[in-house]
Amino acid sequence: MPLYVEKKPEVLITEDGVRTDGRKPYEMRPVRMTVGILDKADGSAFIEWGGNKILAAVFGPREVHPKHLVLPDKALVRARYNMAPFSTPERKRPGPDRRSVELSKVIREALKPAIFVENYPGSVIDIFIEVLRSDAGTRVAGVNAASLALANAGIAMRGLVAACAVGRVGDFVVCDPNHDEDMWGDADMPMAMLMEAEEITLLQTDGPMTEEQFREALKLGRNAIRFLYEMQKEALRRPYQVVERSVRGVV
Amino acid sequence: MFESEMLTHNLLREYVKDLVSKGQRIDGRGFQDYRPMEVKEGTFTKAEGEAWIKLGNTQVLVGVKADVGEPFPDTPDKGVLVSNTELLPLASPTFEPGPPNENAIEVARVVDRAIRSADAVDMSSLVIVEGKLVYMLFLDMYVLDYDGNLEDALTIASLIALGRAEIPKVEVKEDGEIEVKEEKWRVNLKDLPLNFTFVKIGDQLLLDPVLEEEQVSDAAITLAIDKEGRVCSIQKKHGKFTMEEILNAASIARSKWPEIAEKVREAI
Repeated sequence: MPLYVEKKPEVLITEDGVRTDGRKPYEMRPVRMTVGILDKADGSAFIEWGGNKILAAVFGPREVHPKHLVLPDKALVRARYNMAPFSTPERKRPGPDRRSVELSKVIREALKPAIFVENYPGSVIDIFIEVLRSDAGTRVAGVNAASLALANAGIAMRGLVAACAVGRVGDFVVCDPNHDEDMWGDADMPMAMLMEAEEITLLQTDGPMTEEQFREALKLGRNAIRFLYEMQKEALRRPYQVVERSVRGVV
Repeated sequence: MFESEMLTHNLLREYVKDLVSKGQRIDGRGFQDYRPMEVKEGTFTKAEGEAWIKLGNTQVLVGVKADVGEPFPDTPDKGVLVSNTELLPLASPTFEPGPPNENAIEVARVVDRAIRSADAVDMSSLVIVEGKLVYMLFLDMYVLDYDGNLEDALTIASLIALGRAEIPKVEVKEDGEIEVKEEKWRVNLKDLPLNFTFVKIGDQLLLDPVLEEEQVSDAAITLAIDKEGRVCSIQKKHGKFTMEEILNAASIARSKWPEIAEKVREAI
């Protein structure tokens, strides 16, 4: 028996475009990225985005087990998206369900185009995403963290993959849908891009949009992803800040 | 194991043993010293109670989720506590995805047994309607970064998470319908049973082993001490101990209890 009952808000978005968490349609929830928080993983990152708290870690390139999965000419890339039992209002049974199997697949396919897999023949790169707390948009948050973890592991990449969801609530196209909009909104469109050449590596849509709305959503998503991409670069540079002095004489 | 790994393993074994014979450890601690412990501030889950702790480089996150349901038929006057450990593949290159293996299950049971044997959680306080409806507490133990001694880290985090848990009150109305109230109640911890893990290297006992020490150890044991200083649960793992060594481990554990218990109380 559930101890928590979902309550649908009376208004998802007001006529002047104020959302249930007070945001305007084009506003994103606060984001925080931390790189390298785990000791044993080759690369790791932690993202806090709205109420999401997601940990990503990368191992590899390393030896492939089981052996029959070895690809002789390139690296095997595996990704696992997993939700903690305590990440949802009602306890989630541990272990993969159909949703997490699908998300693992699309996340892998979002990240793989960025990796120079041909540099690591016969090896495997494992990506693990653990959702500790979920609050709408976990897959895109996971992609952002995993991309940072890959870079942190020193894997050769074409560029960073950044991701954000956009959606539609009534007549409004909104950035980074929140929990209410995810549950009761009209459309949801998570997307990820390799920002160097603005190539889309993840795109899913659930809900109808007119051609005009779709164009607006894609453009909004691109801009949001650009913003996150700049953040990612800064998060990676943080431990390696430039130190500069204009020196004439030291004594 | 691969040949290269075998080689490093043997080198590591010699190195650690050599240090121990000189009275030293690889991280410079004394044999009976705990690593520095930190309780991370903030909310990281949707659990009713949680704790993310760092014990040296070992990091664990424990969440307590509550639900209501029927009690077990043989204990109609007691609530339900379910313990589960996930050795996440992101915590160590040696952990693999999949259902809990024997190590994960052993750790979960060792923590669970310490808590149960000391009656730390008042199980009868979890009853709503005897024989019909009780609170069920799920203790989910997440290992995020594995650098040895999961037993102690998970026990500490579990007690903090249980002590912090705020659970919605539930009332059964006359027509049998269940009403979930806004009001919350807190789990009453009657005891703080703490696990202390030792490894034996040569003829020395080392408290709170790091991963390398666990890997090269000749034997390992975990003892739980309750607030009265009694040993309330034991798990000997691999290897062998003499009776004196076990009594010695118990007395070291007993002398360490107040220091760790104070940290747990502070965090709650």
